[in-house]
Amino acid sequence: MKILVCISNVPDTTSKINFTDGDTKFDTNGVQFVINPNDEFGLTRAMWFKEKQGATVHIATVGDASVEPTMRKALAIGADEGIRINAVPTDGFFVAEQLANVIKDGGYDLVIAGRESIDYNGGMVPGILASLLGMNFVNTCISLEVDGSTATAVREIDGGKEKVQAELPLVIGGQKGLVEESDLKIPNMRGIMMARKKALNVVEPVDATKATVDSKFEKPAPKGAVKLTDSVDELVSLLHNEAKVI
Amino acid sequence: MKPDSFEAPDYYNLDDLLSDEHKLVRDAARQWVKREVSPIIEDYAQKAEFPHQILNGLAEIGAFGPYIPEEYGGAGLDQISYGLIMQEIERGDSGVRSTASVQSSLVMYPIYTYGSEEQKKKFLPKLASGELMGCFGLTEPNHGSNPGGMETKFKDGGDHYLLNGAKLWISNSPFADIAVVWAKNEEGRIHGLIIERDMEGFSTPETHNKWSLRASATGELIFDNVKVPKENLLPNKSGLGAPLGCLDSARYGISWGAIGAAMDCYDTALRYAKERVQFGKPIAAFQLQQKKLAEMITEITKAQLLSFRLGQLKNEGKATSAQISMAKRNNVDMALKIAREARQMLGGMGITGEYSIMRHMMNLESVVTYEGTHDIHLLITGADITGIPAFN
Repeated sequence: MKILVCISNVPDTTSKINFTDGDTKFDTNGVQFVINPNDEFGLTRAMWFKEKQGATVHIATVGDASVEPTMRKALAIGADEGIRINAVPTDGFFVAEQLANVIKDGGYDLVIAGRESIDYNGGMVPGILASLLGMNFVNTCISLEVDGSTATAVREIDGGKEKVQAELPLVIGGQKGLVEESDLKIPNMRGIMMARKKALNVVEPVDATKATVDSKFEKPAPKGAVKLTDSVDELVSLLHNEAKVI
Repeated sequence: MKPDSFEAPDYYNLDDLLSDEHKLVRDAARQWVKREVSPIIEDYAQKAEFPHQILNGLAEIGAFGPYIPEEYGGAGLDQISYGLIMQEIERGDSGVRSTASVQSSLVMYPIYTYGSEEQKKKFLPKLASGELMGCFGLTEPNHGSNPGGMETKFKDGGDHYLLNGAKLWISNSPFADIAVVWAKNEEGRIHGLIIERDMEGFSTPETHNKWSLRASATGELIFDNVKVPKENLLPNKSGLGAPLGCLDSARYGISWGAIGAAMDCYDTALRYAKERVQFGKPIAAFQLQQKKLAEMITEITKAQLLSFRLGQLKNEGKATSAQISMAKRNNVDMALKIAREARQMLGGMGITGEYSIMRHMMNLESVVTYEGTHDIHLLITGADITGIPAFN
């Protein structure tokens, strides 16, 4: 089985968020970047397929050279080979088109992408990718087994879970549940040393549709002062007259 | 114990000076400490027990001999990577870092640097994987700052050496499989010998009731007519310079480790000061607390730059013993002072095991003493700049 895991390079969740260029660009100054958590769950599941079923695991990222440390970490965790598509990601459609271009002739049986990245939370890439590639698609996937050419996946749905079977090749929109947080791998020294020698191939982007343009980012308004009261009547009055929520 | 929400301060964007691999190594060690050390370390320190279950993990993150070449089982990393690993481990606990320091700098380093090819092949890969654990015997009951006066000695017994004497304050001794021991031959020349656990007449009683490094096992090494095979003598260097060379390597690592302890205390105190409200505002709003925090981050930043530059010099093979003394002395003293100040900022909470500060503070009382005391390192600097040693 040949697996491709799509890795998005995202700010660490503790990063302080600021914008530059008239609030049209994310300010990366002083920001630590990490593997998108939803992708990391998928990568860790892919490592399980590698260890238990002899799968080959490639990773792909759309980004400039600044994403390579994140890719090296994925290689140190155990991925066999990396593909960097040398373009700054703009929107989900653009990213999906770039990924589809490297996946289409790669002979992959399984493509695992995170359900969404935790930076822009678009949630579009896996679905568009499946459509462009003409592959089966399971989103919000919380469990995945593969037996021969058939995958059995569990997806999260409103109020429950849905168990589905699909033939490979298949695109997965993965999330926590594929593995648990305690299963996430810390790169060990052997992995870091081996990652030095693994191929990280850079391919140039194809002309792709840029369907959207970021016109402005805004941060939520800062939280106001908290007003404490001991009186239920006053609380009701404040919620009704001042906060106007009841 | 509170969940480990540590965020590393980097006031001067020192990360920009690190390579991608440095950061990968550092972040892996940091993540491992958060997952495997922080949740259990307070409990082990309170019980005064060494957490043996973390040895595999220490080996996995490369804490044992990271700069030893790959052919001997090491990771072949540079000195800055070694420093960063020590920093992260000591951020968790100085006792755990001590175990890693001893294994790397005081056991693997002398075998790699002074050992025969057979000794390197026999011991280094197993030490790197943690299959064998080692300790280092230099200090004696009557000889601490003056190791050259050691009384442990060995004589030629024909097909073996006969070793007699005792060593004290030995980290890892109670569970170590091997000990690199420094002793004088019949001519009074200091040599290194590899002593193995099962050699007759060799015992390692544990030192109990420490108020410091409680999660680290400390003990003695006692040699009562121990027959040591001749092939266990380290052949390639003798004299006091040999063990001092090991100490240079360990002290360099300690200079980074102390930064880790200081960062943890600072980060804890900063977070606490922003949350703890007195007189209607967070205590971080008060000038006296800001002074403490501002001085802490200033001192941490200076220490980071000192160790980073020392790491560059080590990588180039140019770091002198005196330069290493300066960094060890400065950084451990810095960390100890920050631990004490941070402890005060937390008030009563600072003395409890809910926070790591008092454990760091007590640990650092050992770190400021071992591997050359605070005073001796000052005199090394003094001797270096004046050309006049004041201690002999």
